Amino acid sequence: MKNTEQINQLLHLADNALIIGHRNSEWCGHGPILEQDIAISNIALDYIGQARNFYQYAATCINGNATDTKPATEDSLAYLRDVRDFKNHLITELPNGDWAQTNLRIFLFSTYQYFLYQQLQQDADAQIGAIAEKSLKEVTYHVRWAGDWVIRLGDGTEESKARMMNAVDYLWPYTGELFLDTPTSIQQQWLQKVTAVFEEAGLVIPTNTWAQKGGKEGNHTEHLGYILAEMQYIQRAYPNSEW
Amino acid sequence: MESTNQQHIWQVLQTVHDPEIPVLSIVDMGIVRAVEINSTEVIITITPTYSGCPAMDMISMQIRMALLEAGYKNIVLKQILSPAWTTDWITQEGKDQLKAYGIAAPVGKSADAIFLTELTIECPQCNSTKTELVSQFGSTACKALYKCNDCKEPFDYFKCH
Ligand SMILES: [Zn+2]
Repeated sequence: MKNTEQINQLLHLADNALIIGHRNSEWCGHGPILEQDIAISNIALDYIGQARNFYQYAATCINGNATDTKPATEDSLAYLRDVRDFKNHLITELPNGDWAQTNLRIFLFSTYQYFLYQQLQQDADAQIGAIAEKSLKEVTYHVRWAGDWVIRLGDGTEESKARMMNAVDYLWPYTGELFLDTPTSIQQQWLQKVTAVFEEAGLVIPTNTWAQKGGKEGNHTEHLGYILAEMQYIQRAYPNSEW
Repeated sequence: MESTNQQHIWQVLQTVHDPEIPVLSIVDMGIVRAVEINSTEVIITITPTYSGCPAMDMISMQIRMALLEAGYKNIVLKQILSPAWTTDWITQEGKDQLKAYGIAAPVGKSADAIFLTELTIECPQCNSTKTELVSQFGSTACKALYKCNDCKEPFDYFKCH
């Protein structure tokens, strides 16, 4: 039996993976070159796979508690909840912007996931531990791939550097939210890794620590509604339709 | 009797292939984790290579079909995530088949630190070690794209995972 808070935590992990996965999938067919198009589509697939694992487990837990309501499924959790029910961090729902912003977001967020999953591997709940263990291997690749791009663009041409600096300015205020309810050790490890990559990229860590927040409580930016409108359209228009 | 059946089931599973790497059986791939038989059911436990592996549903269906055709009934398929699949579980026979198919097999053992360092990957066509990484993600998430600077052929490398 899981309480509401534990189920919400599972949904939070699932929503994070689904929304950043969906954002990355928007690049499918639009990547700058074929290899990178394939890479980012594969990363999107990893995220959506992780989301499925968390949703499936959340559904099992929800159904274990319920008595006579319609059983939850991974699909109902992904496709039939509304903006206020989603618990993802705001950074995952922001628009992709250009290649610099897209990669900086993946780098900042997957580095956070890397240290979070490392900790969740030891979770008292064995199923959460198993999903974290599985996801960690994938996230390790995401960190390296996106980190390489941050360095390449930050340490690249005048234009690529300017774009990476814009991305830092835009995304940084959304990073504070990641650490509101995680142990300080995770934030320290995260900052250490981000600092190392920024130094190699010739980028400066912003000193402004003011943080946007509210995603986990369902207070989202205006962007999430548009994502859900597109992602949920088929299930809403044709309930129970299947491929 | 039970162990004969079990051996037979493993043989049947040898005929099921990963749709994305058709040369390799799911047994050589290390996807099948357990085969159990009790008085009423045959229980097959499988694990995905990657969380988002789109082939898992198809593999499950193929396992069911192959076992039904071989005369088994009441087949139960279980999916587990832990311990997480690793390329260490690909059999030597599997690695040889990968190479023959033109995919460079994973080098070394899976370990967090190791798969983040650059490795020398041998070209599966001409065995040259003058190869370079083109992209960390190849035609599927489990492969990276390399090219050979000797024979000039591009090839997939099955990443250590
Ligand atoms: Zn060659």
